[in-house]
Amino acid sequence: MMLVIFALVLWAAGFALNARLATGPAADTRSVQLAVPAIFGLTLIGMWELIVRGLEVPGVILPPPSAVAAAFAGELDVIWADFVQTFVKGALSGYVIGALAAFAFAIVADRHDFLKRGLLPVGNFMAALPIVGTAPILVMWFGFDWESKSAVVVVMVFFPILVNTVAGLADTQAMQRDLMRTYGASYVQTLLKLRLPAAMPFIFNGLKISTTLALIGAIVAEFFGSPTLGMGFRISTSVGQLALDMVWAEIVAAALAGSAFYGIIAFIEKRVTFWHPSHRG
Amino acid sequence: MTDTPLSAPGAGVGRSGRVALWLRGAGGRIVPVLTVIAALIVLWYVACIPMNAHQSVLLAERSGAEVTPAAASERRNMGGIALSLRNPGPALSAAFAQDRPVLPAPHQVAVELWDSTAGMRPTSKRSLIFHGWITLSATLAGFAVGTALGILLAVGIVHSRVMDMSVMPWAIVSQTIPIIAIAPMIIVVLYSVGVQGLLPKAVISAYLSFFPVVVGMVKGLRSPDTMQLDLLRTYGATGGQTFWKLRLPASLPYLFASLKIGVAASLIGAIVGELPTGAVRGLGARLLAGSYYGQTVQIWSALFAAAILAAVLVAIIAGIERVLLRRMGLAR
Repeated sequence: MMLVIFALVLWAAGFALNARLATGPAADTRSVQLAVPAIFGLTLIGMWELIVRGLEVPGVILPPPSAVAAAFAGELDVIWADFVQTFVKGALSGYVIGALAAFAFAIVADRHDFLKRGLLPVGNFMAALPIVGTAPILVMWFGFDWESKSAVVVVMVFFPILVNTVAGLADTQAMQRDLMRTYGASYVQTLLKLRLPAAMPFIFNGLKISTTLALIGAIVAEFFGSPTLGMGFRISTSVGQLALDMVWAEIVAAALAGSAFYGIIAFIEKRVTFWHPSHRG
Repeated sequence: MTDTPLSAPGAGVGRSGRVALWLRGAGGRIVPVLTVIAALIVLWYVACIPMNAHQSVLLAERSGAEVTPAAASERRNMGGIALSLRNPGPALSAAFAQDRPVLPAPHQVAVELWDSTAGMRPTSKRSLIFHGWITLSATLAGFAVGTALGILLAVGIVHSRVMDMSVMPWAIVSQTIPIIAIAPMIIVVLYSVGVQGLLPKAVISAYLSFFPVVVGMVKGLRSPDTMQLDLLRTYGATGGQTFWKLRLPASLPYLFASLKIGVAASLIGAIVGELPTGAVRGLGARLLAGSYYGQTVQIWSALFAAAILAAVLVAIIAGIERVLLRRMGLAR
């Protein structure tokens, strides 16, 4: 019981500290803006640890963060192998293939107005559907190994990137296009020098949405069958063995991989679309 | 798009302007969309031939027809396209009517979809309406809870700087992580404390729809600009009045955009929530059972049922959005 009270004290202390920082004079500096969410997160983790220990919650319901950290550190080689299987082989390869296919399709569709008008509503519609449902079919077609996960990811990332790229390629003004025409620019020159750069904010929007979808697709596809390896496989089997510390460790790994993936794409975006108003100043 | 004005020579002859506009818009949109859909269906039928070729040729051989190459082991190593080119007759005739095809033809899926919805009592265990309702009830329960909590948190974030600085970064980061990975754990943990059925799936649905609503709603509640806020201050409006009369109405377009994302995510959550425990009821369970027993037609029909459900849910929200925003004078 002492620990639970201590957890509440910790919460109050964390909140008071954050309140002071957020309303204080230094609230707009970068370090405070990073410190406040960090303090909030650490307080939550501390409370989780104290409450789980204080109320003696069994580890098969909710393991304390220290047990999760121990599982993460202890099983690092297993988690790394799962990460390579699910993320590098499954998600990343599918992401690249899906993105390239979507670009190619978008550029073809962009050349033909009829195709664009037909494809855009269909693509928008498909992007909202529960495409994860194709996982059992694709696992049946491509086998249990990473090829099927890659295929699910291709289908999942294709439509968001396609729709965004087509919308982006249409985002030039008539004035700009006319200028290119007065320069005597060919279709390819207009595409490379004007329309693709102008489409980049849209394309990166699609790419960023798709990073999460890629990991979801790869993990869910493993629920339908996988080799004895992979994040989805480890999660579903560890849940069966009630080894919840391992499940949480895999979730932490998936969260780190997802955020890092998103972060890398966002970093590249910042470099490529440095001219865009949202990245200036 | 090449939009000629309605007043161009010969435009809208014999029709009222409104009808002509509608017809032009419909022709400009519906014809290309239908063409693309028709092309997809044709592509699907064509793909059936090589995909199902191995089985069609095997069936033809069993019924006594001549097939080239005669040895089954030789056929196994051939691609589907090569095999259908060598045996065009059997490959073509049997591709669209198999019991467990690798790729079922569109009409097979349509027939199965019709049989398992309209052809059965909705209470039957084989009816897709029954399974769809199981999934839909979890989706809607989770969506309602997730949306309500999301709006509450967004209101808190907008009004408290401390919450904004501590919670908002985490809400944004949480969009980049595959939250769905926790689905199996929620199911099993809740099961071990004696909760099962609708609730665990609803929890997952609520969790998935929660964050899009928070992020969208915060953006929406902040969308009134300084000029509008200053005007309300000159009127002497209280904080509550500013919220109800300016911030909340201004946030609705953002809210609806997030609701459309959230409801699709909720449905995915409910379906995925049915997978890891081997549930026997629901659309996810139909997908899983179909994949265990190789019932491809059943998988495809469950997939289409889920797609139709998602489309209907999004369409309902879009309809409410259109009516509401038009009555509020916000529609563009």
